[in-house]
Amino acid sequence: MRHPTRLIPLAVTLLACAFLLVPIVQSVLAGLTVNYFRGLSSGLTLKWVGEVWGLYASSILLSIWLALACLAVTLVLGVPAAYALARRPGRAARVLEEFISLPLAVPGLALALALLQLYGSYSGFRTSWAFILVGHVLYTLPFMVRSVLAVLAAIDLKTLEEGAATLGAGPARRFVDIVVPNALPGILAGALTVVTLSIGEFNLTWMLHTPYLKTLPVGLADSYASMRLEIASAYTLVFFVMIVPLLVAMQWASARAQRILS
Amino acid sequence: MTLSLSRVAKTFAGGTKALLPTDLTIAPGEILSLLGPSGCGKTTLLRIIAGLEQPDPGARVLFDGEEVTALPVERRRIGMVFQSYALFPNMSVRANIGYGLKMQGLARADIDARVDEVTALCQLQPYASRAVTALSGGQRQRVALARAIAPRPRVLLLDEPLSALDAALRGQLRDELALLLRSFGITAIFVTHDQDEAMAIADRVAVMRAGQVAQIGTPETLYRNPTSGFVARFVGGAMPLRGRVTGDHLHLPGGALRLRPGAAGQQVFVRAEDIRLDPEGPLAARVEAVTFLGTHYRLALSGAAPDLLTALHAGHSAPRPGEAVRLSIAPDALLSLPAEDHA
Repeated sequence: MRHPTRLIPLAVTLLACAFLLVPIVQSVLAGLTVNYFRGLSSGLTLKWVGEVWGLYASSILLSIWLALACLAVTLVLGVPAAYALARRPGRAARVLEEFISLPLAVPGLALALALLQLYGSYSGFRTSWAFILVGHVLYTLPFMVRSVLAVLAAIDLKTLEEGAATLGAGPARRFVDIVVPNALPGILAGALTVVTLSIGEFNLTWMLHTPYLKTLPVGLADSYASMRLEIASAYTLVFFVMIVPLLVAMQWASARAQRILS
Repeated sequence: MTLSLSRVAKTFAGGTKALLPTDLTIAPGEILSLLGPSGCGKTTLLRIIAGLEQPDPGARVLFDGEEVTALPVERRRIGMVFQSYALFPNMSVRANIGYGLKMQGLARADIDARVDEVTALCQLQPYASRAVTALSGGQRQRVALARAIAPRPRVLLLDEPLSALDAALRGQLRDELALLLRSFGITAIFVTHDQDEAMAIADRVAVMRAGQVAQIGTPETLYRNPTSGFVARFVGGAMPLRGRVTGDHLHLPGGALRLRPGAAGQQVFVRAEDIRLDPEGPLAARVEAVTFLGTHYRLALSGAAPDLLTALHAGHSAPRPGEAVRLSIAPDALLSLPAEDHA
């Protein structure tokens, strides 16, 4: 017979899962019930999801657009930056590496304030989506650089490049043929992290947004503040549907990159 | 291709002189080995020839009379086999071999034909479509070689190409590599710290020490007529006999040996295979250890000379540790070389 103490870890695990899942399930159900205050007996409906789309479609699309733009910028900036850091062994490169991670240590609100102080007076820029993009790039770039750098540091990049050079490949060819393909697991893991973070980012975005430029999480806050609870809950559901597959893909890509590192 | 180097030297940042000014000429089709202990500058010299390392000002590297000193590595048309092989893990075996041809801008069909040819030459057909990560060490080594020669380089450079393999495989691949290099017929430079490899593969061997070429010559010359104690010790493992020379005799703790004339003021060396067990011999020694090696025994002997001597003894039986034996060494087998510091 199993000893009762063996059941304690199981019970704790189940409790922890319930702690995490019950509010989510409740919120999702709220978004699908006809009337939350009368409970499930009032029936299930997709009406609220439709309402969310009608009210916040622009927020959803803006978030997707921002995430993709942010991904493009972090790829263009982050991959060459990681490559340059990986190729330079000196102390200065290591200091720079830490410096790139600095935005992670600063609260999003402070970062947003700094951006507002710096660019707030350029009203054309201040009111465009590019302003939010700058904030997102600042926040997500460290993740891209770190992820690519970790993979590049694990392979003997210098010798591989020397091998390609002896075969007649110039610096640009080496980057395209050797560096990028071998860094791909890191790039993929970094890309998924960037997209996930950009879509879910609230602190910084909330400070930077204008009434006409609401991203997905900002729209969520807005719906909780100003709409009936069923709509806000349906919004949560939409949010989950978008972010959960990204999170799963991110886990998978990180695990894949980790295999290269080991 | 004739390769000539003149006053090629390398000082690293921090002032370490990795290579002192060196002159060297290598004839077309010749296979030269750079042999020496680690840190002797052999790899630095190879990397300067490749263009992976810039020599100090004043150096000249000439390929068939054409100055390439300032040419970057990708435009020198060399082939190189790296110690770690540096195969591209993101490409198949075929793509690795064809990469240099692709860089030359050849047509798809020409690349395929040449890759087929080289793959056959290096006996890689069964593995051609595999990923390089799915190959054994010996197969990787052959892919690295095939990749280096596929674009028909002017000179083939090999940096310790066998050192990443285990001992048994190394012996087998050494002979295979020697045959392959001969069949290519191109000028090749081969860096190694293993004298057996250098002897087996090279037409000429340049023995290097502390950033300088100590002696250059055919394997036979280096073995039979070393010009310094270092070369004698490094090639063929000669052992110093530290004793007092009077007239034509060398006086050692275990007895006196007759020398060839003209040995005064020089240091005397002997090789393990030239020390004979001889009941009538002039040297007394004590057997310290006996190792059975199949074809012969290796004996560690004390008392004959200040240092422990190693002797190779052919025969069906050997003395036991602790026994007293007598040794003889033919005067012709004693190498008298200029005295050197005990490096």
